[in-house]
Order: sequence, then structure tokens, then C-alpha cells
Amino acid sequence: MQVLYGRHHVRVFRFGVRLVRDEQVAEDLISEVFLDVWRQAGKFEGRSAVSTWLLAITRFKALSALRRRKDGELDDEAANAIEDTSDDPEVAVQKKDTSQALRKCLTALSPEHREIVDLVYYHEKSVEEVAEIVGIPENTVKTRLFYARKKLADLLKAAGIERGWP
Amino acid sequence: MMAMKKMLEQEPQAPGEIEAMLPWHAAGTLSDRDARRVDEALGRDPELARQYAVIREEYAETIDLNESLGAPSARAMQKLFTAIDAEPERKPSASRNISAISARISRFFASLSPRALTWSASLVALVLVVQAGVIGAVLVKNQPGSFNVASLSMNEPITRALGPEAPPRALVRFAPEARVADITALLDSYQASIVDTRGGMFRLQFGNKAMTKDEVAGLMNKLQGEKIVSLAVATP
Repeated sequence: MQVLYGRHHVRVFRFGVRLVRDEQVAEDLISEVFLDVWRQAGKFEGRSAVSTWLLAITRFKALSALRRRKDGELDDEAANAIEDTSDDPEVAVQKKDTSQALRKCLTALSPEHREIVDLVYYHEKSVEEVAEIVGIPENTVKTRLFYARKKLADLLKAAGIERGWP
Repeated sequence: MMAMKKMLEQEPQAPGEIEAMLPWHAAGTLSDRDARRVDEALGRDPELARQYAVIREEYAETIDLNESLGAPSARAMQKLFTAIDAEPERKPSASRNISAISARISRFFASLSPRALTWSASLVALVLVVQAGVIGAVLVKNQPGSFNVASLSMNEPITRALGPEAPPRALVRFAPEARVADITALLDSYQASIVDTRGGMFRLQFGNKAMTKDEVAGLMNKLQGEKIVSLAVATP
């Protein structure tokens, strides 16, 4: 367990933080994830990579944690996220910092788009693995990422940044 | 929300087959065959190549963004191992294996016809009789009629085996501000592994070889001097 934890806890934590947007909650989440792994080790059939299994459990726990939050809190969070998209990229553009604006827009994507972007780019998961983690068909994985990227382009465009696509 | 999601996914401007694979190409997770197809398409389609450049930018920024999120504190690990300590002791999985095997055997016998079952039983009985006969014959043949007494061979040196010495262990409490990355680095540098945890204390084992008392004392002093260690006590 120590080796498994040492190898995967940082990525699991970061995936959790991106989903729940709260470091404390994400820390609680990783304890729960690895405890589940401890309890269910016998059920792991080795058909997928351990990291894929861990990320699927993390996603499930993160969504449960988000559901437990009060609706009011979620609304506030959504409002904050919207504020992020409209204000901060503009400030970033003033500083002519496309990179910073891109990061802000990546943060401002919807949870569904955020998770798919992270799974493909950061966690380097294949189409099949993302389909397994998110629980959607492989073709939907491809189109969802395509629309996540379009949304990202729209957010950047709204902030005055044109990148030549779409 | 669900309806909106469906609309979003069913938007008419779906990406082309190669276009949809570009993000995975940037991340290097396509199969060799698909990667070759994407490379060929990129070579002949400047529009696609422009989109790919944009994707590589997104890819790099997503990695930077995630890397900037840092790592969890030691609290998460302590919480986990405390919870594991509190878990009821697990039954050995052997019982599960045995029940699976017995279920398989039952299924096998259930699948046999009564006639096949009768023949199988007769065959097993015959094998047992033959086996008993062979064992009996071997015993009678080997009976020497004299006693063999366990005796000391004087050709070998007389030694007293004390059993393998255990490597040293210590109870360690890490400082509250210690991060998991620091603890992992410390474990690596001391070639130590966590044996168990209890009440925020970690029982560590150092290496695979035994140490003298002085060496253990030196090790404890060195450990105690580490910034992230608030307490280190040698333990059996």
C-alpha cells in the first residue's frame, strides 16, 4: 500500500483538486480512495492500469463529495468560476500573457470538460481508458474533448485571444 | 442539464476521424498505426497542422496547470494509515480460493452423468487399492531389522545457530508540516520502509541487515536531527 500510495497519490490528489476545487476536500478524498483500494484490492482484475482504476474511484468519490455540498455552495462556486472566465483572462490579455489566459480558461471549463482535458493531456489516458474512467462510449470521449477544446477557444476569443482555431 | 449535455454531444459539427485523434497524438497515447495515420494527415493538411499546434499549446498549459497544484500534506497519509489500522483484520484469501475450487469441483461432478460417475468412482477405488499395495510392498522391503539412531557427525564444526538477526526498527513521528514528498525522500535515503502506523507514529524498518547497538544509536541520532522528524525511538 505504501508503494502504491507513493507512486500515485500526487496524481490522484491533483485530479481530485481539479474536480472538487478544494485542497482540503481533495486530501480527504485521496485517503478515502486509497482506503477503498485497500478494502477492494481483491476485486481489481488487472484488466486496466492501476492508475485508471484509481482515477475512476477518485472521480466517483469527487462527484459524491460535490453532490453532498449544498446547492447554494455549488451556485457560489459556479458564479466564481464564471467570474474567472470573464475578468481574469482580460487582465491577462492586458499583460499580453496568452499562457496565463489559457490557464485561467482551462480552470473555467465545466467539470465535465475539465476532467476530460486533464485525463487526456495530463494523465495521458487513451480513448479507451478515458471511456472506462468516465463511463461513456469511446466516440463520446472524442467528441466531448473536441467540444471542450471548442469551449476553450470560445473563452479565449471572448477574452480577445485568437489562436487560429476554430 | 442532461438535455443540454445531449445537445452538446450531438452538435452537427462533429470532428473528423483524424481531427478527433489529434489530442491523443499530442499526448503520445495513440497506437503506432494511428500515430502514423495522423502524421501523414498532418503532412498534407496545413489546416490540420495549425490545429495541432494549438493543441500542443493546450497540452503544455494543462500539464503546467496540474503540476502547479502541488502535493497533499502528510495529514492525508496519516489519515489513511490510521484508517487502515482501524480496519478489522482480514480473513486470508485462501478460504475464498478453497470455496472457489470446491464450487468448481461440485460443478464438475454435477455435470457428469450417473453412469460416468459410477465408472469414475470405481476407477478411483481401484487406484487407491493399487496405491496401498505398492506402499505396503515398499515398507516390507525396506525394513532393516535394526535401529537408526540420530547421531552427531564429528566431521562438521559444532555451532550454535542463533537465527537471522533482524534489521533495526524505530518508532518515528514526523513533524506536522512534513509533506509526503519529504517523507518519501527520507524513506529512500535511509532505505527504510513503513512497517505499520499507530496513533500518528510510524514504525520504520531500516535496510535488510542487522546493526550493532552503536550503529543503531548513531542512526537514531541522525534521524532525530532530520528537520521533518520530531521523534525517533529504536524499537525491537
